[in-house]
Amino acid sequence: MAVRTAVRELSPTRRRRDWFAVRSLAEGLTTPLHPDDYLRYVNPLWTSRELRGRVESVVRETEDAATLVIRPGWGWRFDHKAGQYVGIGVPIEGRYQWRSYSLTSTPRRRGRRITITIRAMPEGKLSGHLIEGLAPGTVVRLAAPAGDFVLPDPPPERILFLVGGSGITPIMAMLKTLVRRAGEGRWALPDVHLVYSSPTPERMIFRERLSRLAANHESLTFTPIFTDTDGMLTFDKLDEVVPDWRERQTWACGPAPMLDAATEHWQDADLEDALHLERFTLERGDDAGEGGTVSFQNSGKEHEAEPGTTVLEAGEAAGVGMPYGCRMGICHTCTLTLVKGSVTDVRNGDRFDQPNEQIQTCVTVPDGDCTIAI
Amino acid sequence: MAIADVKEYTHLTAEEVEDIGRRLDELRARIEASRNAEDAAYIHRLIRVQRGLAFAGRVAMTVGAYVPKERKAVRRGAVIGGTALLGVAKILENMEIGHNVMHGQWDWMNDPEIHSSTWEWDTAQPAEQWKHSHNYVHHQFTNVLGYDNDIGYGILRMAREQKWHPANLGQPVYNALLATLFEWGVALHDLDIERIRKLEKDPVEMKRQLKQIFRKGRNQILKDYIVYPALSGPGWKQTLQANVAANITRNLWAYVIIFCGHFPDGALHFTEEEVEDETRAEWYLRQMLGSANFDGGRLLHILSGSLGYQIEHHVFPDLPSNRYPEIAVEVRKICAEHGIPYTTGPLYQQYGQALRTITLLSLPNSWTKHASEKYGAIQPPTAEVTDRGRKSDAERPTRRTELGGWSRASASARA
Repeated sequence: MAVRTAVRELSPTRRRRDWFAVRSLAEGLTTPLHPDDYLRYVNPLWTSRELRGRVESVVRETEDAATLVIRPGWGWRFDHKAGQYVGIGVPIEGRYQWRSYSLTSTPRRRGRRITITIRAMPEGKLSGHLIEGLAPGTVVRLAAPAGDFVLPDPPPERILFLVGGSGITPIMAMLKTLVRRAGEGRWALPDVHLVYSSPTPERMIFRERLSRLAANHESLTFTPIFTDTDGMLTFDKLDEVVPDWRERQTWACGPAPMLDAATEHWQDADLEDALHLERFTLERGDDAGEGGTVSFQNSGKEHEAEPGTTVLEAGEAAGVGMPYGCRMGICHTCTLTLVKGSVTDVRNGDRFDQPNEQIQTCVTVPDGDCTIAI
Repeated sequence: MAIADVKEYTHLTAEEVEDIGRRLDELRARIEASRNAEDAAYIHRLIRVQRGLAFAGRVAMTVGAYVPKERKAVRRGAVIGGTALLGVAKILENMEIGHNVMHGQWDWMNDPEIHSSTWEWDTAQPAEQWKHSHNYVHHQFTNVLGYDNDIGYGILRMAREQKWHPANLGQPVYNALLATLFEWGVALHDLDIERIRKLEKDPVEMKRQLKQIFRKGRNQILKDYIVYPALSGPGWKQTLQANVAANITRNLWAYVIIFCGHFPDGALHFTEEEVEDETRAEWYLRQMLGSANFDGGRLLHILSGSLGYQIEHHVFPDLPSNRYPEIAVEVRKICAEHGIPYTTGPLYQQYGQALRTITLLSLPNSWTKHASEKYGAIQPPTAEVTDRGRKSDAERPTRRTELGGWSRASASARA
């Protein structure tokens, strides 16, 4: 079976190379399966067929948010960048459900654990399950870290973090990493201003930790805004809160209306390049596929897809309620039937062109016009 | 001519046919909506048991080979026990696990490790070719003469409509060979040797398929006949024999079960004309009339990949196999209410009938007339198919959605 990229991408240190030589020998004994397919019954983390992790503890942060401390299994590299997100898949009623959450732990080469912080959404069955229903010891699926919402190395000298609600999670990883690297003497801690909105102090995730950080580091300014009492921070008041925002590189994370307003505000100031937003997209070449008209048979909708646009993105742009999970081709949640036309898998260039064929919409791009059954 | 002209249907009105289709659609929807954690636990448990059996069998065999020659009983016990464990493991892997996973029966779990697009089974045929020859060609065109390559697998004459040829006289021998070497027969099944012989096969596709078969077959042979015997040191011969025995056990068992699916009396053949403009409901009916079940307990059904529920499997190829017993209750009811034959019987009887057909059809139709009258279930031919060649995909109607949601991919194989 196809060994996932997780295995292939492991850094080729000498120890690893020897280890892989042993494993490929062992494969002669287990073919067409992998040794991992047997070893996982000894320890569920002893497999790199799919990335996995064991939940070690669930730490309550606020009434509706918790941090999962996860011990990843084989194949996991602790070299993610602060601000990146990770996919997590848990079986609910026998079916794997996937969501992506920002990592809140800092990347360390000799790491053992990762953390993600999750807020239960009122309608979110999965997020509620993750913080209420996961007993320590539960084994979950993981997807490799992804996302380009990250700080450059070295970081800019002046930074503004603009945060709303649970948008704090990637920013927390960035802050922790900045402070730790500064402590290691790698760079000086930049001048950081964090503006963080939350309805009440009780609902503000990491409030105490952030206050402590700000108290310990002179160059870190923390401005909490409690919108139930202080009112919403509108961008016309930004000058009062952060007078020098124009001179800062800004990373913003929060609810969509806040990000839209921020985009507009920075555009008006002609400073778009200084604003960085989180986007959940797949890393790929922009020239994959030819693009074309994607028609959605059952809903009767259509979308003109540019080259490089996935079928999933085309469906979302057309306003079709597309199913999706990990958005990176692991979980098959997004699988739909290609009625006619041809699509290419961006991961390996495989073409799918048979009528009524099942395709993973999150990793396939149209080659010319095609029709999807949804 | 349409399928409505098949004798077993003629008493049904068009409305009744559509009503049967609707009821089966509702049944599918009901099962799909109720798939749950218990179903997932079933397949997980089965895979765990299968891997445990395989591991235990390998260990017993290999360790047994090092037992001193004087302790004959221990040595023999280990090898025989190991062979049995490995044989059962291979049977479970190929049938209740591999075959069903590759149909997409477990795709709904969204588990990439138990998915039709990535599963590779412990037999010589590459999974990707199986999904073409079985999921598409066999399941869509079930028992349609000239379209379904599984009617005799291009080796045996299994329908009176197929033109007799003197080479058919050897059928009992070919049959025995096919049974013993079943794994390798299946491995070559999707290649279409006939087309290669006539130099009609697309050379690029042929090269791709041959490469897949070579690589898969090589790995299987290396594992079973070279690596494990080598690990057994001085007892290599014994381990080699044990592996041969385990593989042959699996071959014979798979062969018997598969031959009970469509060759017992009562499973009908269809002609090209009969399936023209087939509706979804008519497709269901053809699957029901073209397949045969066999009776047995839960263990027998699991060991035969739930193919004792061949009729239910052909109506819903991609619903989880552990649900076939409850589906069968409904399907039987529908058949009884509408007077549609539902072919079933004990395993020995079903296989016996298949064997009788193999033997009888090695002779020309005119010599076996009395038999065809005596065993009324063996249909007199309604048409004669002279074109013995296979259809290429371009000559076939495209994949129907009734075949379910399996994915071809692991497309790395499709260079």
